[in-house]
Amino acid sequence: MSFDNAYESLLGGEDAHWAFGTGFSEALSGVNREFPAGVDKDALAAYCLMLGDDALIYSQRLSEWCSRAPELEEDIALANIALDLLGQARMLLTRAGEVLGRTEDELAYLRDEREFRNVHLAEIDCGPGPGGDFAATIARLLVFSSWRLALFSRLRGSADPVLKAIAEKGLKELAYHRDHAAQWTVRLGDGTDESHRRMQAGLERVWPFLDELFATHQVEAALQGVAVDPASLRSEVDGVLEAVLSAAGLTRPRDTKAARVAGRAGRDGVHTETMGYLLAEMQHLHRSLPGAVW
Amino acid sequence: MRDPELPVLTLADLGVLREVSEQDGRVVVTITPTYSGCPAIDEMGADLRRSLAKAGFEAVEVRLSLSPAWTTDWISDEGREKLAQAGIAPPSRIGPVAAGPVPLNLVPPSRQVACPQCGSPNTQEISRFGSTACKALRRCHACAEPFEHVKEI
Repeated sequence: MSFDNAYESLLGGEDAHWAFGTGFSEALSGVNREFPAGVDKDALAAYCLMLGDDALIYSQRLSEWCSRAPELEEDIALANIALDLLGQARMLLTRAGEVLGRTEDELAYLRDEREFRNVHLAEIDCGPGPGGDFAATIARLLVFSSWRLALFSRLRGSADPVLKAIAEKGLKELAYHRDHAAQWTVRLGDGTDESHRRMQAGLERVWPFLDELFATHQVEAALQGVAVDPASLRSEVDGVLEAVLSAAGLTRPRDTKAARVAGRAGRDGVHTETMGYLLAEMQHLHRSLPGAVW
Repeated sequence: MRDPELPVLTLADLGVLREVSEQDGRVVVTITPTYSGCPAIDEMGADLRRSLAKAGFEAVEVRLSLSPAWTTDWISDEGREKLAQAGIAPPSRIGPVAAGPVPLNLVPPSRQVACPQCGSPNTQEISRFGSTACKALRRCHACAEPFEHVKEI
C-alpha cells in the first residue's frame, strides 16, 4: 500500500475499508437464507421492501441532522440511530432483492419514487431545514420507534427465519431509540413554557401520519404467520404514547388523518411532495456516477 | 484477532466469534454483528481472511450469523477486565430478553456503573450515545474523569 497519496492508499488492495464508506460486502453474506415452504415469495419481497424502505428513508431524514443538532451529544445520538436503521434497511432490502434479482444498492439508488413503499411518517420533513424543529423530530422519533418496536416484537414469531432474526436483533436497538425519544419528550414537555409549546406543536405535526401505520395492507394480509398485521399493534402503541405524554404533561392531539390519493398512501408508492427532494439528495451521486466509490 | 473498534478486545472476548470449524478442507468462521448497522463487520471478515492466510489457511469462508442476536452478556470475564483496564466501563449482565412487550424507561435505568479510573460507584450518564454504537459516555463525581461505558444490550 502506498502512502504517497492518502486517497489512493484508501482505495488500494482488495480489502474493504469500512471506515470510508466503500467496499461493503452484501448485508446478509453467509446467512442461511432458505425460504420457508409455502411462502408467497413475491409478497415476502414486497413486505421486506415496506419495512426496509421505512428504515432507509427515515435513516436518510435523521442523517440530515448530522452537524445541525442543538448539542454535540444529540448530533451523535441521531447519527447512531440513523446507522442502526440503515443496518436494518440493508438486511431487509437484501432479502427483498433475493426474490427480485436486484442488489441492495440497486434497490436503494435506482428505484423511482413510485416504487418506494415506506409510510409517510418516515419521509415528512421535520427539520433541520426551514419549517422544521428539533421537537418535531423528537415527536416523529417517539411515534416511529414505538410503532416499529411493537412491530418487531411480534415479528420475532415470523415463520421466515431471516425476518425473525432481523427482528430479534433490531428489537434491542429500537428499544434504545424509543427510550431516547421518550426521555427527550418528557424533558421538553415538562421543561419551560417554550419547550412545552414546541413539543406539543411537534406532536400536532406528526399525529396525522399515525393512522397509516396501523392500516392493514393486502401484502400483510397475504402473509399470515410471516408478516405482522399492523392493526394489531394499535392498542400497545397507544398505551406507550399515553404513558409518555402523561409523564411529559402533554396533550394527545386529536386523531386526524393525512390525505390519501384514491385511498392509497406510502405502502402503494404514493408519496408526499417532499419525497422527491429526499430521493434526489440520496440518489444523485450514484445516478450521476454509477458505481462510484470514495 | 482484535476488534477494529475496541482493539483491546479480541473477537472472542467480545463474543462476536461464534464458531470455527473445518469443513471439506476449508476453514469456516462464523461471526455475528454487534449492531445491525455495525460498520466494522466487513473489516472483521477481511481481518480474519488475512490472518488465516498468513497462518497458511487459504480456503476460508466467513459466515454471518444473525440469530441468536449478539448481547453484551457474551463479553467474556477476561474481556471485561481488559475493558476496565483500558478505562472503559464494562456492561453489567442483563440476562435473556423476555418475550412480550418491551418495558419503557422514562428515566435512564439507575444502573450502578463503577468508574474504571477510581472505582467509585458515584457516576452519571452524560450522553446515551458515544464514539461508537456500542458505547455511552459517563462522568465520575469522585475523580471528575469522563469515561466510556459499553451499554447493555
